[in-house]
Amino acid sequence: MDLADGGNKIDMKRKWNWPIWVGFIITVGGLFSYEFFAQFPVTRDFPWANLLLFAAGGIFLVLGLFRAFGKPQLYRGKIFGPILAILGIGVFGFFSYLIFYQLRQVPPSTGAPRVGENAPEFTLPDQNEKPVALADLVSGSKAVLLIFYRGFW
Amino acid sequence: MAISVDPPEINRRQRQKLGFTYTFLSDPNAEVIRRYDLLHAGAGPKGADIARPAEFLIDSTGTIRWVNLTENIAVRARPEQVLKAFDEMGERAAR
Repeated sequence: MDLADGGNKIDMKRKWNWPIWVGFIITVGGLFSYEFFAQFPVTRDFPWANLLLFAAGGIFLVLGLFRAFGKPQLYRGKIFGPILAILGIGVFGFFSYLIFYQLRQVPPSTGAPRVGENAPEFTLPDQNEKPVALADLVSGSKAVLLIFYRGFW
Repeated sequence: MAISVDPPEINRRQRQKLGFTYTFLSDPNAEVIRRYDLLHAGAGPKGADIARPAEFLIDSTGTIRWVNLTENIAVRARPEQVLKAFDEMGERAAR
């Protein structure tokens, strides 16, 4: 190394620390892929696919940090490494908050009709604005499955 | 059949788009939703009141035979669970 040339020669010999970037991108992918994996009950009921992505992202980030601090003469990343790692932890924390806390904020519905009770009668318009009475559907079928859902949005 | 606060026009479009054949009912003022104590106040877009997810299996006498009140809005009853409840319903009626 010729120090008279200044820092340029040393910088050019340091390699791009790709694990940090790959790790961060995978971590962000873990968050944004939720909508995709939520289409399948097996990955929606418990988001293990997303957690796997976060784990993979974390491993790459840690690998990158080891390189940046363990071999700083070979690899860059002592500044943006910790920054991206902290951002990655933030992304994971945000995901965990949404999935493990927010989604469980459901009202207790203690007054909902129970097994053995009569289903409260009602008449509501169907998708063609035609009024439909529960009693009519019930008398015409072996069973009726009533699905209350949040709506399309 | 499915119930939400969505108006019939949205139900019509979504039903066609997703290819469902069962009935979609509109409860825009959440009256039936309240009657069934399923109101989730302020949980919808722009703070609208919507239903929390729930499924009820009702037999031909109007009696409720199975209820699923999910604790996690991302987790809903799977078809196998509903079919199992339906089969068990038939078995009890036969006895």
